[in-house]
Amino acid sequence: MQQAVYLDYNATAPLRPEAAAAMAETHGLTGNASSVHGFGRSVRRLIETARERVADLVGADPARIVFTSGGTESNNLALRGTGRQRLLISAGEHDSVLQAVPDAEILPLHADGRVDLAVLEGKLASSSQPTLVSVMLANNETGVIQPLAEVAALAHQHGALLHCDAVQAAGKIAVAMPDLAADLLSLSAHKLGGPTGAGALVIGDGVDLRPLLKGGGQERGYRAGTENIPGIVGFGAAALVARETFAEGVRLEALRDGMECQLAEFAPEVAFFGSDAPRLPNTSCFALPGMPAETQVMALDLAGVAVSAGSACSSGKVRPSHVLQAMAAGDQASCAIRVSLGWRSEAAHVERFLDAWRALYSRCAQAAPAATPAA
Amino acid sequence: MTEQHEGRQSAEAPRQIYLDYQATTPTDPRVVEAMAPFFGEHFGNPHSVQHGFGSIAIAAVERARAQIAELIGAEAREIVFTSGATESNNLAIKGAARFHKARRPHLVTLTTEHKCVLESCRRMESEGVAVTYLPVRENGLVDLAGLAEVVTERTALVSIMAANNEIGVIQPIAEIGALCRERGAYFHTDAAQAAGKIPIDVQAMSIDLLSISGHKLYGPVGIGVLYVRRRPRVRLEPLFDGGGQERGLRSGTLPAPLCVGLGKACEIAREEMAAEAARLTRLREKLREALVARLPAIRINGDLRERLPGNLNLSFENLDGGDLIDAMSGLAVSSGSACTSASVEPSYVLRALGLPAELAGASVRVGIGRFTTDQEIDAAIEQITAAVSRLRSAGPRAAE
Repeated sequence: MQQAVYLDYNATAPLRPEAAAAMAETHGLTGNASSVHGFGRSVRRLIETARERVADLVGADPARIVFTSGGTESNNLALRGTGRQRLLISAGEHDSVLQAVPDAEILPLHADGRVDLAVLEGKLASSSQPTLVSVMLANNETGVIQPLAEVAALAHQHGALLHCDAVQAAGKIAVAMPDLAADLLSLSAHKLGGPTGAGALVIGDGVDLRPLLKGGGQERGYRAGTENIPGIVGFGAAALVARETFAEGVRLEALRDGMECQLAEFAPEVAFFGSDAPRLPNTSCFALPGMPAETQVMALDLAGVAVSAGSACSSGKVRPSHVLQAMAAGDQASCAIRVSLGWRSEAAHVERFLDAWRALYSRCAQAAPAATPAA
Repeated sequence: MTEQHEGRQSAEAPRQIYLDYQATTPTDPRVVEAMAPFFGEHFGNPHSVQHGFGSIAIAAVERARAQIAELIGAEAREIVFTSGATESNNLAIKGAARFHKARRPHLVTLTTEHKCVLESCRRMESEGVAVTYLPVRENGLVDLAGLAEVVTERTALVSIMAANNEIGVIQPIAEIGALCRERGAYFHTDAAQAAGKIPIDVQAMSIDLLSISGHKLYGPVGIGVLYVRRRPRVRLEPLFDGGGQERGLRSGTLPAPLCVGLGKACEIAREEMAAEAARLTRLREKLREALVARLPAIRINGDLRERLPGNLNLSFENLDGGDLIDAMSGLAVSSGSACTSASVEPSYVLRALGLPAELAGASVRVGIGRFTTDQEIDAAIEQITAAVSRLRSAGPRAAE
């Protein structure tokens, strides 16, 4: 059997060899980074290098980077740490944002996936209560990129703080903390070719944050716990490669656009989500009306192609995506799958996907001609 | 904001003898080997249930869960993965205190607990929960009669560590567990130092919550576990929310390679525990006996019988403690726990045993572990003897 093709990079990306090599070196090192002896100081040096690399990726000051266990922790730390009682978050946020603050007011999305700025402005103007706004940079399911600069301008005009979940965007598109003007920015290592178990929160100037985890006072008191040295070092190495290979985005975008063209030609009834808005170059989310996402994903898996329906965290429970519902996708939400490309993706992989998907389409068209509008 | 701690040495491993196994342990090569495929070909997200990449990761994580459960006599589904013992301790203490705040607004812990336990308790105080910080006896062990007096039907949780990170003393876990069960309070034990070193059985010891750290038992750093009892069920409020992983108690993508590494580390620890404990006890006793024979006015901190095999904590009278660690520059040892050693103040654990500040400041923790050799112990004996003799002959200096 042919080797399986992985097209689920937004769930997790395979570890980049540069990250693996950097991490392998740390396995030979012993030392708790907080110990003052030579072993501890060597490890401290590695962590600070990684901190600089992660900072460089997002144009931030290294002193503003706090390492965490991942994107979920970063989001929770940001949303719960400012002490601001009023929260405005977009309807397309990741579960780790939505679940962290169940009482938040929700900002609706336009049909193209972008947040409704008029509603944001109205809500900001309607109350003088200290407010935190949380809008992600790029969506994990559709890849839609939010107008963060506009969101930041509105938030700051009204004295609100802005948190931005950049977990999916970092490493895929240029992320510059000063341009985004976000006060808090969440990052995850494994989405950009680093290891799982490492993430970061960038804390802007003058932001006062209460820690989630208290203890030995590591990470300037923002995040206690012995530093995950291989994880942090691998994160740094992956961030460096991601920054050096931004041109990859152009290559992936060409692959993605080519794939979407072929799909549209083969099955004109296919509906693409978010394609009218700026999108991540690697992500495609589309529905074939009448064919449940589960059916597609399972058939593709049997054919050796890994894609997903919705996001990985909730994919254990099959429910239509809240992101697509917020984009008024209606019934199509339960028929949508996500194809996401990454550093190891090639044209041949996309071909394999297209072949498998066309075969599935044809089988279903024969079995139930009425189910497919094209037949 | 504090200054960044500047490394004074290159990243190459220093030529020191590593005797700081309570701060962290080297990852066992067998653990590194077990993790390797999951950093490479098996990179799937262990929550992607819909394709083969995810399935391989899921199977590996579940196998690791079973290996960890077996080490402490638990069921696999009672194991919740976290980012480390600090998070596990925060989750156990804040989670239980917040969930049961209405009917049981009280916590009990020891003054000698790890910083992250004490800080979690202080946080709960600021949220209106009463906390009793029990002193320990001179040997570092809990006073069970004193404990019995303060645990009531208003107590949500008692948090007492299985073995202390500085002085290595092993608390009477089974007795504490029985006492808590009788009063209906949860018993949480921070077993970061004890797991894999001494036998632990959550059933026999009536433990409801137990924290494990990967990097303290030759597993990877960045991973830990909270054991959460299912029957009778322990209810906690999660620290953070998201995709609802880990029974809803701990959201976030699981680091599959680290889970696999911790599983392997637990399996090795279980298989080799008895032989390793015997070897480390022999090395520790060799070190202790030689130092006591050569140097007068040494104090051994903490009970010597109820103690981790690989821990020795010594205080030296009549010398200036400020120079002690520097004088032993060939040894990587610690003057306190790693988290606090950047701030040079006498250990609060030693102070809790009744040591005066000066003597507590003239103390050294020696942590012996799996890769410590007889030759290294011989060298440590020579270096500690020489350093202490030299400092003492230099005469006591006025405190700066």
